[in-house]
Amino acid sequence: MAAPVRGMIGSTSIGNTTSFQKKTRSKLVSIPGTRPSVQNGQLLVSSGVSSLDYVIGGGLAVGTLLLVEEDHYDSYSRMLLKYFLAEGVVCGHELFLASARDHPDDIMQELPSPIVDDVAGMKISEGQSQPSDPENPDTMKIAWRYQNQPKVQTALASSVRFGHYYDVSKTMEPELRQAAKCHSFYQLQETPVVTASSPLPSPYHSLLKSIQTVIRKEGFDGSTPQSKVRNVLRLGLHSLGSVLWGDDVCCKDNPAHCHALTTFLYILRGLLRTSLSVAMVTVPSHLTQNRAVMGRIIRLSDTAIALESFKGSEKETNPLYKDYHGLLHVRQLPRLNCLSCEVPDTKDLAFKLKRKQFTIERLHLPPDLSETLVDVQMGFTVTCRILEMSQGRAPL
Amino acid sequence: MQTVQSDFILVSDRRADASFLIHHYLSFYLRAGCKVCFLGLVQSFSHYSAVGQRLGVSLAQAREKGQLVFLEGLKESFGVLLQDTSQETQPLSYLRSPGAGLEGLFRFVESCVRQSGDGNAGESWGPPVLLIDDLSVLLSLGVSVGAILDFTLYCQATVCSELQGNMVILVRCEEEDADDDEEGSNLLQRGLVHQCNLALHVEGLPTGYCRDIHGQMEVWWRQRGETIYNQRKIFHFKVHDKGASFFARGTSSAVL
Repeated sequence: MAAPVRGMIGSTSIGNTTSFQKKTRSKLVSIPGTRPSVQNGQLLVSSGVSSLDYVIGGGLAVGTLLLVEEDHYDSYSRMLLKYFLAEGVVCGHELFLASARDHPDDIMQELPSPIVDDVAGMKISEGQSQPSDPENPDTMKIAWRYQNQPKVQTALASSVRFGHYYDVSKTMEPELRQAAKCHSFYQLQETPVVTASSPLPSPYHSLLKSIQTVIRKEGFDGSTPQSKVRNVLRLGLHSLGSVLWGDDVCCKDNPAHCHALTTFLYILRGLLRTSLSVAMVTVPSHLTQNRAVMGRIIRLSDTAIALESFKGSEKETNPLYKDYHGLLHVRQLPRLNCLSCEVPDTKDLAFKLKRKQFTIERLHLPPDLSETLVDVQMGFTVTCRILEMSQGRAPL
Repeated sequence: MQTVQSDFILVSDRRADASFLIHHYLSFYLRAGCKVCFLGLVQSFSHYSAVGQRLGVSLAQAREKGQLVFLEGLKESFGVLLQDTSQETQPLSYLRSPGAGLEGLFRFVESCVRQSGDGNAGESWGPPVLLIDDLSVLLSLGVSVGAILDFTLYCQATVCSELQGNMVILVRCEEEDADDDEEGSNLLQRGLVHQCNLALHVEGLPTGYCRDIHGQMEVWWRQRGETIYNQRKIFHFKVHDKGASFFARGTSSAVL
């Protein structure tokens, strides 16, 4: 048996349990918290809610825009925005939060705390990165290859994982939150810029300029040389289109700025496509009087979902919906770099916000119609029963 | 003597996605050796390039050879918005001043399609083709329906009548509203249907959402050369990775 060589193993880096190095393809960008899509190779990030990731085809593609139509009291859409930002903090992405109603710092303080032990390891391992002392009396005799590994799990584990779970009843630790770089834009504190020559009203124009400055300064569009590790920028834009943004598309039948929000989304998507960023925009669609504008807004974004909560409506007492908090409508799924997109089984989805999970489930099963020959016998018995029931006879 | 058919094809959709037809036409005309001018106003070049790869054409190569001229609307949009001086002749000038019309865009198209016989390294391409994806986004940016219809009329006069080329335009419509707004995409679509030779309209199934049949397409032949006929047919389709398959209503393999 070969004698364990102690001194030489100390030079290996933390995180290597074996000396075997996987040959990584240099084409794949390895940014923490992302993974390539199974379908078309797009780089995906998690939205913070794993069931939502499943519904929209694996996750949000980097460079795209997610539009969330708010529910009536903005409770669940705000929750989704917080999940999105919390996921960014846990994965180490940079954040940009813009809001007109609540101060961005208030929203940041309400982020849910992540559940899972390896996030705790993320904090501790920053201090404990040296290998264990060779003079330590309890050196391993059998598993000597693992001698120089740190005693707690390293940060690599938590960043490699895609999608985390959050506990809504607790808020995120301030240290964890402050570790993430966050740029904020609070509309009420911005000085209005005179933009007579721009088709956009002042708040949208300044917001676009602010986003573009952050993208360019931090190098998300590849303009600065590769001096640092590449990262993803997560943009959270709360309640665009509401009156506080200087837009009257939500309060008038014939708004004066009817093209402001649509132009803004078009240019935002242009900025997203040319940088490593993902944006989540919430819009109070229940306030827009003009249905055609909502159709255009949906088409200008990549992924679009709408939340309809049962609170305050007659559906709250409907026994069909008693297990759920609301309905989730998938308005649009993107087709990126491919002809056909992930076609969902059914579009009848309902959501429920539990303490540790935001679940999205199917309300009804889709009709049993498929191209593969599944169960002819089953289909035959079902049709017999339907025929008998329609003829007034009791079923077997 | 063989007369060259020049077609103005209008692809429209309502609550569905007809962009697979644009990808098809792009690869079709590139393979046929025509000079293509593509106004990609809603997606990036790499998106079309990736799909084109699956359909068997290399857009990057075509662009280098000069066969394809691609205008990327999204990439340059922010730069144009921030510029201090707006030049009327710039193709994306409608972003800064949507009320001024699309003359800049037309000048760009005109210069592109008239360049075909310039003898670049001895290559002469076939009749020019103009592809637009998608025209209704200009409505969202504030351009009026009248200005867009003027633009398509000018393009048709240049590309189809003068240069015997083809035009394929995608327009996306919304639901019919009870109180129809004057500046809607439905008005634009009706105006374009009047101008075109062939109208392809893609919609979802009237009976609801189905995973295996992605929608129905109506083919409306309006005019071919000198003969005017009014023939409409409806097909069901399913979009695959490498194209779409069309079949008569009710004959999907999922049902049979």
